[in-house]
Amino acid sequence: MHGIAFDVAHLLAGCLVLVSFLMLYQDRLYSLLNTYALHATVLFLSVAWQAYIQNAPDLYVTAGIALVFKAIIIPVALHRMIVKLGIHREIETVVGTGPTMLAGMGLVGLSLVVMLHAAAGANLMAREDLAFALAVILLGLLIMVTRRNAVSQVVGFMSLENGLILAAAGAKGMPLVVEMSVAFSILIAFIVIGIFLFRIRERFDTVDLQALDRFRGERQ
Amino acid sequence: MSWLLGHNVALILTIPAVTALVLTLLPGYRLSAKLNVAGSLLTFLAALSLFAGHPPADPFVLVDDLNIVFIVLNTFVGFTTSLFSMSYIGHELETGRLTPTYLRFYHAMYQVMMFGMNLALLVNNIGLMWAAIELATLATVLMVGIYRTHEALEAAWKYFILASVGIAFALFGTILVYMAALPVVGEGLKAMTWTVLLSKASEFEPSLLSVAFIFLLLGYGTKAGLVPVHAWLPDAHAEGPTPISAVLSGLLLNVALYAILRFKMLMARNHAAISPGPLMIALGLVSLLFAAFMLYRRRDIKRLFAYSSIEHMGIIVFAFGMGGPLANFAGLLQMTMHSLTKSAIFFVVGHIAQAKGSQKIADIQGLTQSHPLLGWSLVVGVLAIAGMPPLGIFMSEFLLVTTTFVRAPLLAVLLVLGLTVAFGALLLRLQSVAFGMPQGKVAPVRVSVLPIFAHLGLVAIAGVYLSPMLVHWFQHVSIMLG
Repeated sequence: MHGIAFDVAHLLAGCLVLVSFLMLYQDRLYSLLNTYALHATVLFLSVAWQAYIQNAPDLYVTAGIALVFKAIIIPVALHRMIVKLGIHREIETVVGTGPTMLAGMGLVGLSLVVMLHAAAGANLMAREDLAFALAVILLGLLIMVTRRNAVSQVVGFMSLENGLILAAAGAKGMPLVVEMSVAFSILIAFIVIGIFLFRIRERFDTVDLQALDRFRGERQ
Repeated sequence: MSWLLGHNVALILTIPAVTALVLTLLPGYRLSAKLNVAGSLLTFLAALSLFAGHPPADPFVLVDDLNIVFIVLNTFVGFTTSLFSMSYIGHELETGRLTPTYLRFYHAMYQVMMFGMNLALLVNNIGLMWAAIELATLATVLMVGIYRTHEALEAAWKYFILASVGIAFALFGTILVYMAALPVVGEGLKAMTWTVLLSKASEFEPSLLSVAFIFLLLGYGTKAGLVPVHAWLPDAHAEGPTPISAVLSGLLLNVALYAILRFKMLMARNHAAISPGPLMIALGLVSLLFAAFMLYRRRDIKRLFAYSSIEHMGIIVFAFGMGGPLANFAGLLQMTMHSLTKSAIFFVVGHIAQAKGSQKIADIQGLTQSHPLLGWSLVVGVLAIAGMPPLGIFMSEFLLVTTTFVRAPLLAVLLVLGLTVAFGALLLRLQSVAFGMPQGKVAPVRVSVLPIFAHLGLVAIAGVYLSPMLVHWFQHVSIMLG
C-alpha cells in the first residue's frame, strides 16, 4: 500500500502547494480565476486519490463537488461577473510580487517545520498531508492579505478552503466534516458572490475594497 | 412533564429552526416580530426545563453543568433581545432605514442565529460544534450588512473575511484534534465525540494536541474578539442593527469562549502537552490593555461599548487562563454579568441612537435631562460595566484581582492597570453623555423597558446577593474546568 499510493498522494498535495504559489503572482483577474480552477482540479485529483487508497467512497462525492463546483461553476460564474462589472483590468497588489513570493516561501517552510515536528508520531502519509495542507491554508491567507480587490479576496479564501479539504481528506475516516466543509464552502461562495458583490456593485462604482476603506467609521 | 424532560434538548433546537422556517414564509413584520418573541420565549422555557432534568449524554448531544449555564443565559438574552428588537425595528421602519422585505429576512436570520448558537452549545461533537458556530457567524454577517450603507457593507465584509479566516483555523485545529485522537480512539465518529476525547485525552500525542490548541485558540479567539484578531468587532457592532450588537456582545462571544473552554479542558487532561494557561493569560492581558487604551479615542457610542466588550473578553480569558477554583469562578461570573450588562447597555444605546438620530458621542449629551429613563439606565449600565460596587461585575473583578495578587502579583499589576484605565475612559464618556448640556433632538422615544430593567436588575441583585445554589453550582463548574 505504501510505495506508489504514498508517492502519488505526496505528488498531488505538492502540486496543490505549487498552484497556490502560481496564484500568488497572478496580477490579472482572469488568470487568477483560471489558476484557481486549476487549483480546484488538483484538489479533485488529490481527494479522489485519497478516496481510492483509503477505500472511502464518500470521499468521491467530495472530489466530485470539488471538480464540478469549484473547478467549473464558480470560476465560470466569477468570469461572467467580472465582465459584467467591467473590472477585467490588472489587480493592484499591496506588496510587490518579489516580497510576496518570499513571504510565501517562508510560510511553506514554517508549515513544514511545524507540522513535521508536531505530527512526528502520526503515520508518514498523514504527516506530509497535514504539512502541505497547512501550507495551502497559509498561502491562501497570504493571497487574501495581499489583495485589495473583493473578487480576488474571495478567490484567496476559496483556495484556503481547499487546503482545509485536503487536510480533512487526508485524516483517515474523518466523519461528516468533509461533506460539511464542502457544503459550507459552496454556501460561502454563494453568499459572497450573490449578496456582497451585488450589493457592493449596487452601491459603489468599484469593487476595489480600498474604496470601502475610505468610509472608516471613526473618521468624521 | 416527563415528556418535556425527555425532549427538552430537541425542543431547544427545533423551536428556533421551525420558527426560522415560518418567518421566511410569513409576510407582515408586526406578526413576525411577535412570532420572533414567542419562539425565543418558548426556547428559553425549554432551556429552563433543563434544570429539572435532561437526557444523558449521547454521541450527539451533551448537557452538563458547564454548558447548562451558557444555554440558559443564551436563550434568556435571546428572548429579551427579541423583545427589544420588536420596538427597535418599528422605529427603523418609520424612519425608512429598513424595508418590510428586509425585516422578513432579519427575523428569519435571528432565529437561524439562535439555532446555530444553541446547537454549538449542545452538541457533543467537535466537528458539529464547528459547523454550528460557522452557521451562527454567517447569519450575523448577513445581519450586520442589512442597512446596506457604505459603512455597514464594509463592516460586514471585514467581519466576513476575518471570521472566515478564524473559522478556517478552528477547522484545521479540529482536524488536528481528530488526528491526535485517531491512534487512540480509532476511526469514525468516536474520535470527534467530546466525552470520548476527554476520557482518552491523556494518551493523545502531546505535540499534535499542542499545535491543535494553538489553532483552536486563534480560530475561536477571532470570534471571541481577542486582540490581534479583533478588528472586525467594533465595526460589526457599530454598523449593524443594535439588537444584533447586543447578541454579538452578549452571546456570540460567549459561544466562542465556550468552545475554547471545552478544548482547554481537553488540554488539561494531557500533561505532556503545552499548558493552555499562559497562552490565554497573555492573550487576555493584551486584549484588556489594548482595548482599555483604545476606549479613550472613541467618538461613536456603539464603538465605545464594542471596545469595552473586547476588554471584558480579555478579562474573562485571563481569568480562565489563571485557572484554579477561584479564578474560574470569577471568570464564569464575569461572563454571565458581562452578557447581561452589555446587552442591556446596547438596548439603551439603541433607543438613544434612535432618539438622537446619531451614534456620535458629540451629538449625545445631557441624557439624564432630555431622556431621564434612558439616561439613568445608561448610568447604571456603565457603572456596572466599569466595575463599580455594588453591581455584579465588581464582585467578579474583585475576586479575580485578589486571587491574582496572591498567585502572580506582577500580572495583577497589569490587570489592575487595565481595569483602571478602562474605568477612567468609561466614566469620562459617561459624564458628558449623561450629565452635559442637552443637545440635539429631545423628542421622546418609545422604550422597551422590560429587557433593560430585567438585565440591570439581575446584575444589581447578583452584586449584593448570589443564591447559595448558584454559588455551589459555579464552584462545581470551576472545579470541572481545572
